[in-house]
Amino acid sequence: MKLDNLTIESAHRGLIKKEFSAVELVKFYLNKIKKENKEINDFLEITEKLALEQAEKVDDKISRREKIKPIEGIPMAIKDNILVEGYKCTAGSKILENYIAPYDATVIKKLKEAGAIIIGKTNLDEFAMGSSTENSAFGVVKNPIDKTRVPGGSSGGSAAAVAANHCLAALGSDTGGSVRQPASFCGVVGFKPSYGMVSRFGLIAMASSLDQIGTIAKNVEDAKLIFDIIRGKDEMDSTTVANPKSQILNSKQTRNLRIGIPKEYFSEGINLEVKEKIEKAIRGFEKIGAKIKEVSLPYTDYALAVYYILMPAEVSANLARYDSIKYGLQEKGKNLLDQYLKTRAKGFGDEPTRRIMLGTYVLSAGYRDAYYRKAQKVRAIIKKEFEDAFNPPSGEAGKIDLIMTPTAPTPAFKINEKKDPLSMYLSDIYTTPASLAGLPAISIPVGKVGGLPIGLQIIGPQFYDDFVFDVAQIFGQLSK
Amino acid sequence: MISKKQVPRISSEQVEHIAKLARIELTEKEKGKFSNELSAILDYIDKLNQVNTKNTESIQQITGLNSVMRKDESKHPPIGEAGKLLDGAPDKKDNYFKVPKIFE
Repeated sequence: MKLDNLTIESAHRGLIKKEFSAVELVKFYLNKIKKENKEINDFLEITEKLALEQAEKVDDKISRREKIKPIEGIPMAIKDNILVEGYKCTAGSKILENYIAPYDATVIKKLKEAGAIIIGKTNLDEFAMGSSTENSAFGVVKNPIDKTRVPGGSSGGSAAAVAANHCLAALGSDTGGSVRQPASFCGVVGFKPSYGMVSRFGLIAMASSLDQIGTIAKNVEDAKLIFDIIRGKDEMDSTTVANPKSQILNSKQTRNLRIGIPKEYFSEGINLEVKEKIEKAIRGFEKIGAKIKEVSLPYTDYALAVYYILMPAEVSANLARYDSIKYGLQEKGKNLLDQYLKTRAKGFGDEPTRRIMLGTYVLSAGYRDAYYRKAQKVRAIIKKEFEDAFNPPSGEAGKIDLIMTPTAPTPAFKINEKKDPLSMYLSDIYTTPASLAGLPAISIPVGKVGGLPIGLQIIGPQFYDDFVFDVAQIFGQLSK
Repeated sequence: MISKKQVPRISSEQVEHIAKLARIELTEKEKGKFSNELSAILDYIDKLNQVNTKNTESIQQITGLNSVMRKDESKHPPIGEAGKLLDGAPDKKDNYFKVPKIFE
């Protein structure tokens, strides 16, 4: 019985052929986590009781010779900003240290119905704010590939858990790159759906016009399998879209794929070896007849500035709910105002405080038009720029099917390397544009630089999520 | 990249004002730190002034959905029943949240 190198597909086969039971599979991962979590710190809580109960049910089904679904009995890890009923959900913050989720998030409900096993809750930057998982109130997560380095963030715990083989797949959340960038740093696959594809009901809100739940897995097929289960309209999240046109790649397109390479993603600030490796990976698509075309998306350069206005503005509103009354930490004060001030000072770490303050400032009297409204306008321009690249107004000539870029300008950096906030923010420079435009984007591992994994980002037109997966799968086949 | 200017763009007094609006108590040391950090971030954000947005409408949503409503009716069984929600409250009495006095 070899459980070291399973994917969802091979684990499913193993369960059906009775090479191992679901309980054995769960116990294998539980033991591995218990042994290695002290060092990597990717899990905040192991949901052992739930996992074993779920596994026993799957084994019962198998022993009754009932058919099991593709992810039935598959152990998964869940970022600790997604509610799993009856278990703590801390969002990596002291202010929610003892908060117990009163219900299941829609994605959890769907996973449970599909038979997936929830094995634990993963560490994250506090309220998903960060790019390295150094901002967790419960300790830094280490990159399993090189433990002196960060796993990326904010879904660093989920990406590390998949990379360390502590589970078969994981959920993360991506607001400006928080699934894709850690996937790139840990050498796994990370997918951010189009905005509106997956319900956020039960996801602790950070910046609601950007937040999406994404999947992290060992290969593209597994990431797709999980996405297909969690996607769809949910009346509890009114931003979800009903049956968006689902485009898949047909064989004609496969032969004539037009890939756009935006030069802005390969200029200033990029590690030269990353640049070379990514360019080489993209050229690999020429083998199947793809046309590669350099394009220009000049407003890319403003995406991060737009992001660091809109996101904190939304953060300042969303985090106003931590008022010491309804749930979470309470620090007694001499009156209500004093209680707010003391609770929020003690409960929030540096990064949420910084972003709440920045958001409060850009929305405050006299500054709203100069910052918030301006950023909303530039966001419209960025979205239009992507639309025009995919569908140029002048006709077919310059049309591209998708865009390929590096996921991040560098491989994983050292723990404590980026000390000032702005230099940390710059590590999201290639992932924020797709977030602002609401586009689907995936990071797939394409090799190593100096022993550290790097990721290729594939960005598709809005709601072409299936198309992005199809192209990512082709890459997997090409590199075999 | 922290701003090295003599007078930071956001003074400690302004930081104090923003923190009060955001309902977060800061120490003197934190006020100085945030004054430098927020100033550096705002200097970076300033690059948006290079973009001409005179004829651009500000974006309100990115999916084409507008003012989505659902029926105002209770769910059976309710999502997160009252008892479970109240269990999370740090201070309560009977079936109520307990709030400190607002007026002296």
